[in-house]
Amino acid sequence: MFRTLRRGIAVAAALALAASVAACSEDAPSGNGASVPGVTDSTILIGTHQPLTGRAAAGYSKIASATKAYFEYVNDNGGVHGRKIEYKIVDDAYNPAKTQEVVRQLVLQDKVFAILNGLGTPTHGGVLDFLKTNKVPDLFVSSGSALFNQPEKYPSTFGFNVDYVTEAKVLANYVKKTFPGKKVCFFGQNDDFGQDALKGAETVLGSVAAKQNYVPTNTNVAPQVGALKAAGCQVNMLATITPFTALTIGTAAKLGYRAQWVGSSVGGDFVGLSALLGKAAPLLLEGYVTSGYLPSPLDAANPWTKLFKEVNAEYNGNTTFEVNTLFGMAVGYTFVQALQAAGKDLTREGLMEAVEKGGFEGPSLVPMRYSKDDHSGFSGTQISVIKGGKQSLVDTPYVTDTGDGPVEPYTKGASTPPEKGIPTA
Amino acid sequence: MVDTNGVPSSATAPGDADSTENTASAENTETPRPAASTVPGLVRRAGGAGAPPVRRGNTLLRHLLIAVVIGVVVVIATYQITPFRNYQLATIGAYLCVLPGLILLTGFNGQISLGHGALMACGAYTVALVQDALGGEAQWHLLVSVLSGVATATVLGAVIGVAAARLHGPYLAGATLAVAASVPAVTTTFDGLFGGDAGLSFAMAPAPESLGLYFPFERWQAWLALLGAGVTMLLLTNLVRSRFGRTLRAVRDDEVAASLAGIHVARVQVLAFVVSAAGAGLGGALFAVLAQSVSPGAYGLTLSLNLMLAIVLGGLGGLRGALWGAIVLVALQPLADAATRGFSFSPEVQQRLDGTLPLAVFGLALIVVMTTAPGGIDGLVSRATRRLGQLGRRSPR
Repeated sequence: MFRTLRRGIAVAAALALAASVAACSEDAPSGNGASVPGVTDSTILIGTHQPLTGRAAAGYSKIASATKAYFEYVNDNGGVHGRKIEYKIVDDAYNPAKTQEVVRQLVLQDKVFAILNGLGTPTHGGVLDFLKTNKVPDLFVSSGSALFNQPEKYPSTFGFNVDYVTEAKVLANYVKKTFPGKKVCFFGQNDDFGQDALKGAETVLGSVAAKQNYVPTNTNVAPQVGALKAAGCQVNMLATITPFTALTIGTAAKLGYRAQWVGSSVGGDFVGLSALLGKAAPLLLEGYVTSGYLPSPLDAANPWTKLFKEVNAEYNGNTTFEVNTLFGMAVGYTFVQALQAAGKDLTREGLMEAVEKGGFEGPSLVPMRYSKDDHSGFSGTQISVIKGGKQSLVDTPYVTDTGDGPVEPYTKGASTPPEKGIPTA
Repeated sequence: MVDTNGVPSSATAPGDADSTENTASAENTETPRPAASTVPGLVRRAGGAGAPPVRRGNTLLRHLLIAVVIGVVVVIATYQITPFRNYQLATIGAYLCVLPGLILLTGFNGQISLGHGALMACGAYTVALVQDALGGEAQWHLLVSVLSGVATATVLGAVIGVAAARLHGPYLAGATLAVAASVPAVTTTFDGLFGGDAGLSFAMAPAPESLGLYFPFERWQAWLALLGAGVTMLLLTNLVRSRFGRTLRAVRDDEVAASLAGIHVARVQVLAFVVSAAGAGLGGALFAVLAQSVSPGAYGLTLSLNLMLAIVLGGLGGLRGALWGAIVLVALQPLADAATRGFSFSPEVQQRLDGTLPLAVFGLALIVVMTTAPGGIDGLVSRATRRLGQLGRRSPR
């Protein structure tokens, strides 16, 4: 017994000594002259976390491969300042715990230069502090939550989507003009998506007649739709994700409830809704109002759609061209624009300064907001209405702010893609 | 020393009953090895070939010594590896708080729980709420919140355990499955408190300044998680070798015989559940510490099922299986990624494979281990080391 004990103590003491030796070789951060993580003379490595599996995969799993396809197109045309972009996509299955792990892997292990277009409010919300501590540029988060527009608190994080408040204000403005005197109600998701959208709607319309909400884990919305019917709502504004938009409209039809539906772009993908509603889709979606900030993937005449469709055919295995594909390409285009603006001597600080300078022009219908004290993405949206099985844009785009500011038409018109489809500095 | 109930009065203080009894019953107290499990198909190991030599002395002291030596080795190791490897090590540590308890429950006591993810969520949410209430700036805040996480999980475990003691096999699995599935529903129903789908994030103190200005946060997290794992392993290895450990096995092997021998069967089952719930609470609390946030998605049904798969893969025969299970849970995804990086697929195939391949590899690994090594990885490794030992003995000097 005592022999074992003595031997054990001896071993422990020896190891402790070794530990103290090891502790002396403490790694202090390297000096200013060190190279930039993820950047070499010929490559830039960036990463993203996306829901390639899990409950959010159905809609969103196509985004990152579209972005990657656009980068490969750029790489084949000489890259950015002679550097080729390597885009590492990792799956987090829309699980925040997994996001924690994979983002650490990207930053600490793969040493990426920046995180691009990380998807999801709950998932990306969890890694903000980690990215901030490691001073990693966190560009173009795939969410409209106000969480990603806090330049004071998270100086390196920038949102991409139009924020939920802004979009709801534009939609409410349309409702106010087009359906005057009608009873307007609200149905939204019970998180910051729903809360922000309600805030935006009520800024323009004043208090709505009735409000209901749902949790994404419960797929029965009959009680809520029934309550809207009972309250006599004539126009219902929705802050719902695509499956729940379809569910709500379908449930209302089953209850024999006819109303005007006005949905957010998050749940307003016409192709997705049609697929979910099946045969009855043309009938149920007739007159459905939604909005968007990117050109329609079905609009073959739009030069941006045309460009991205070609890239999709050549670099993305010619997969179905839909809203998410176009979104992914737009992310890629915007990032290349930021890289061009950051110049040849690429640093993390330089990239963020370039984004804060703003002035990006891209496939969007409205300008982007980026500035020193605004890190949110698009500044407005344009209304679209489904008529006769076709979704078409109405009027001009509108821009507004997240506060009490007015909703104003944006008349400058959309830009056209540069000659080769690659932005220049 | 004969207790009419057959359960030491302080079953949660392991090692106390052991020292006096060790010499008398050293043979069955040595390696925890189920002779014939009541969990069919899960544990079917060949009976002990050659009983290990009988060791005398204080088990707790011996285990403590081993733990200290391993601890020192691990601390040295954390200095040698990159922050990301430290984070993975921390994740292994957090799993090592949950899995031994689950092995105790399933391997030693024969109760199946698919609800341990919910118990982890309980620990994790408690940490988030307590950290928030205290402010989270000081190190003692963390200690308090982790301990209260363990306490709430233990209480919940006691409640579930009481129900579990009345259920058997598939009924128990079903009931605990319901508990696991209810986590997201609870968080969205009381979203004012639990933050709904988005969950909660909280502040946490950085590593103590005395460790140095540039001490990586990941290494600090690894230390915390491994400390938790060490304490859990130490307590549980003592527990399974104590009188309580023997009653656990007696209840598993034959409830009627056990109750005829004076063992209060239901009480032993509830206690086993409580002990494993405490481990799950600690593991969950440490997971929250690693992520500095909690959300229902992280503690869903998949987690509970993964825990079960991990102990089956690792081996239910002894607590060592937990180590293999924890390693498998952390390493499988990177391994699957590395395996696929060697191939180049067309974009379309790649889109299909992305994300789903690790699941397929996990399933395949499970099938292979179940068919070739019913004792899990632990059984495989100990068989291999035994072979090596025999070879070594035969070789000429």
